[in-house]
Amino acid sequence: SSHPLASVSQSARITGVSHRVLPNSPFLAFAGDRSGRRPSSKQAPPGRRGSPPGQQERARGSPRPGSPRRKQTDRRREQRGQERSAAERTCEGKRKRDGRASLREQRAPPKKEKEVLKKEEPWTRPKKPRSSSLASSASGGESLSEEELARILEQVEEKKKLIATMRSKPWPMAKKLAELREAQAFVEEYEGALGKGKGKQLYAYRMLMAKKWVKFKRDFDNFKTQCIPWEMKIKDIESHFGSSVASYFIFLRWMYGVNLVLFGLIFGLVIIPEVLMGMPYGSIPRKTVPRAEQEKAMDFSVLWDFEGYIKYSALFYGYYNNQRTIGWLRYRLPMAYFMVGVSVFGYSLVIVIRSMANNTQGSTSEGDSDNFTFSFKMFTSWDYLIGNSETADSKYAAITTSFKESIVDEQESNKEENVHLTRFLRVLANFLIICCLCGSGYLIYFVVKRSQEFSKKQHVSWYERNEVEIVMSLLGMFCPPLFETIAALENYHPRIGLKWQLGRIFALFLGNLYTFLLALMDDVHLKLSKEEKIKNITHWTLFNYYNSSGWNESVPRPPLHPADVPRGSCWETAVGIEFMRLTVSDMLVTYITILLGDFLRACFVRFMNYCWCWDLEAGFPSYAEFDISGNVLGLIFNQGMIWMGSFYAPGLVGINVLRLLTSMYFQCWAVMSSNVPHERVFKASRSNSFYMGLLLLVLFLSLLPVAYTIMSLPPSFDCGPFSGKYRMYDVLQETIENDFPTFLGKIFAFLANPGLIIPAILLMFLAIYYLNSVSKSLSRANAQLKKKIQALREVEKSHKSVKGRATASDSGDTPKSSSKNATQLQLTKEETTPHSASQSQIPNEKAQGSGTVLPASRHLPVSQPPGVRPGSGHPPSQARPCRSASGKKAQRPP
Amino acid sequence: MGSKQTVFTHEQLEAYQDCTFFTRKEIMRLFYRYQDLAPQLVPLDYTSCPDVKVPYELIGSMPELKDNPFRQRIAQVFSDDGDGHMTLDNFLDMFSVMSEMAPRDLKAYYAFKIYDFNNDDYICAWDLEQTVTKLTRGELSAEEVTLVCEKVLDEADGDQDGRLSLEDFQNMILRAPDFLSTFHIRI
Repeated sequence: SSHPLASVSQSARITGVSHRVLPNSPFLAFAGDRSGRRPSSKQAPPGRRGSPPGQQERARGSPRPGSPRRKQTDRRREQRGQERSAAERTCEGKRKRDGRASLREQRAPPKKEKEVLKKEEPWTRPKKPRSSSLASSASGGESLSEEELARILEQVEEKKKLIATMRSKPWPMAKKLAELREAQAFVEEYEGALGKGKGKQLYAYRMLMAKKWVKFKRDFDNFKTQCIPWEMKIKDIESHFGSSVASYFIFLRWMYGVNLVLFGLIFGLVIIPEVLMGMPYGSIPRKTVPRAEQEKAMDFSVLWDFEGYIKYSALFYGYYNNQRTIGWLRYRLPMAYFMVGVSVFGYSLVIVIRSMANNTQGSTSEGDSDNFTFSFKMFTSWDYLIGNSETADSKYAAITTSFKESIVDEQESNKEENVHLTRFLRVLANFLIICCLCGSGYLIYFVVKRSQEFSKKQHVSWYERNEVEIVMSLLGMFCPPLFETIAALENYHPRIGLKWQLGRIFALFLGNLYTFLLALMDDVHLKLSKEEKIKNITHWTLFNYYNSSGWNESVPRPPLHPADVPRGSCWETAVGIEFMRLTVSDMLVTYITILLGDFLRACFVRFMNYCWCWDLEAGFPSYAEFDISGNVLGLIFNQGMIWMGSFYAPGLVGINVLRLLTSMYFQCWAVMSSNVPHERVFKASRSNSFYMGLLLLVLFLSLLPVAYTIMSLPPSFDCGPFSGKYRMYDVLQETIENDFPTFLGKIFAFLANPGLIIPAILLMFLAIYYLNSVSKSLSRANAQLKKKIQALREVEKSHKSVKGRATASDSGDTPKSSSKNATQLQLTKEETTPHSASQSQIPNEKAQGSGTVLPASRHLPVSQPPGVRPGSGHPPSQARPCRSASGKKAQRPP
Repeated sequence: MGSKQTVFTHEQLEAYQDCTFFTRKEIMRLFYRYQDLAPQLVPLDYTSCPDVKVPYELIGSMPELKDNPFRQRIAQVFSDDGDGHMTLDNFLDMFSVMSEMAPRDLKAYYAFKIYDFNNDDYICAWDLEQTVTKLTRGELSAEEVTLVCEKVLDEADGDQDGRLSLEDFQNMILRAPDFLSTFHIRI
């Protein structure tokens, strides 16, 4: 049967002699065990025994099948050695605190190590007679020498291990060298020459490869971080201004990436095909500047307003022809235009939502760093690799900033105040801000109404014409500081305060968006109403031109010059131009504000401070702080403009990419040169999902008007890729009908059936509901587990502290005895199990039974709290496994 | 090969390889770095194990160490009598521990010694204050430093005795995600 065999192999392993032979041939070991231990131990081939340290190292690296026990005992020995030396060192350290103490301490461990070795012997001894007597009744006479031999062999093994691990011993070099020499001498004495040739080389080779691999990984990581654009700039800003300011720049970088993708999509699939394969400029009316405008079409003032030649270029919707296919590729441009417009939104939605999801995932996976925030900052934040004083300076700044951030967090969580007062103040603040928002909303509404009245009048003054813009910019200028002042009442943590501020200014800016869209819609409707008339005029002109008399009938009349054809106002291009202008002016305003508000102010404060009556730097103007909320919202709303406008002005994304690029460099410079860090540097929330949430909202808001115009407004009759169609989306239907096989068309028609769509939507809702509830329950479970872990930690801590105090108070007697009791209890249990088992004569079950007890008992000393483990409590616990094992052997049927 | 023989014997090199994480080449390179620090002090023949020490002022001015706020502690910990003057053995020891190949336990042991400013085998509040001050160049106010030290003790002190033992420290540093990547010196 296999069980006796297994137990034999185990018993052989325990003695630590023939374990090298065992993995290869358990049967041989079995035989050797039966015939007596001597042969197996003596005949073990010297080459094997004298295996060089390299091989040993390797064997240790991969789990060796034979000797878990040996490893464990070794580890235990090491641990004990360390503890004891630590304990002794404390005494010493108390006695002597001068420099020499450290020297002694460093020299101290070896002695203890030896002591440990010596102390191990007594407990290794008792097992031997038993095992040998049990294993081999035949060779009883030679048991003594064999036992010695086994011990020596074990020591040799140990020494070899020591040689192999010498480099990772925390000893000074002299000590290591001495130990090494001693160990080598020992090994050589008892085993002949240590194999130095192949194993060494192999080890060296392995080390080399490991180093190469490490270096490669390092280089690769460096390369990866180098590939992240502006990483160093942002790190620099982060180290001086904190992660909250850096979060804006990270957001900006992310935005740049998204816009780059959109740019690639639009340029690659719409603009470049049109430029390469479409009809050239001047071939048809929509691609030509009208005669009346031609004189001024190249003036800068006209171009600056995106009129003239720019208006009739591929940057705008109106330039595209409604030809179904263009070029020799037969590229379906209108279809591509439509699909790109849709996929711009699709891609943006997917990427925003994915990044939100990623952020939330990332925020949940941090466990330990919560518990050790300050410790990690203190002990692992300095990078010992830094060898450059500039880097070191910024690292100092970074560490200080991060400490400050954590301190703010900590202070905030410890704050205890009058809850009622805080609550009252918060309600008051919200009330005030809602009043402000309502007031400004009404003001905007009022002004817009008035402007609509003004537009009907003939002569309007400059103020009347620009009243809306003036009011809007005044609101935008004065409301955010007002909100900030009111928010001071609330006394939130700055991070939460930033969120509130963002939300409030967002609400204010929505008014901005609303007026802009309203004005635009009015304009579009006006143009649409005029369209019919212009269409008639165009027809009439063309008709007259071709049918007028006074031309030789025989010669076909040359077509009317495209510049002379009367044409509609092309509302799509007008909308595109509006967005273009807005983006550019927004960019300029931002830059000028930075230049004036930050840079000039900083210069003024810096240089006028020498000749001013009060301290400018500390006093009133001082330096500007970086306005996170304003910048983030500016970025978000700008992106909203881009999303709305990109359908009508494909070139808009290109301009936006330029804008983001320049603003990255410009703002980085401005921040570093003319801003000061916030008074309370605070950590950005781990996920910038709040920014993303706002962005998603804006994306949705900007999707609405575009979807509305696509679905329910007729396209202009004489410009753009959809001209001549009833609605823009007709291009889809056209493609399906003409280019796809008929059955596909049928399938699409079937899919568009409301009877199918409504159930599909219902199904989606159900799925959302289900997934939502699942995720909720999971997060609840997660929170509970976290709580449990926290509680466990607390319990462990208090446990340790109680024991630690006990050891401190009565020099470790009480807990030791208690642990001893525990181990003894275990011991008796184990000893009784095999006995009773052997009485009942069921070998298989016994083997399993003791096997199950064994690991538990083995784990005990390792998991014991270290405070309770001084000195003499150990031999029994160490001896236990052996005894139980030998007990197990006893049950083996003879 | 010839130049190596003049500095170290074959056995010495073998022994150094066994005792450090360096290959023969790197040991030689380190030796020349060491020798460059004080060419007039360090002989080019180490076969007879001369007792030479390079003073801390020279060790601390190495580009690898000169910007490190803990350079003095590092030198003290690895020097024989805690004064920062290093023999070649100490020098090799130091860079062996700080090398990429050194295991976490070894690094943690020496990191503990480095942060234990008063050499009493415990990181006490005073040691922590020293560490923070060095890390932030004294930019934090006294209350902030105290708060930080309290928090560290609160977090990492397993047995609540008001100071960090080696075991507490190891327990904490084992979980630190970037201890291994930051606690090493490339040479």
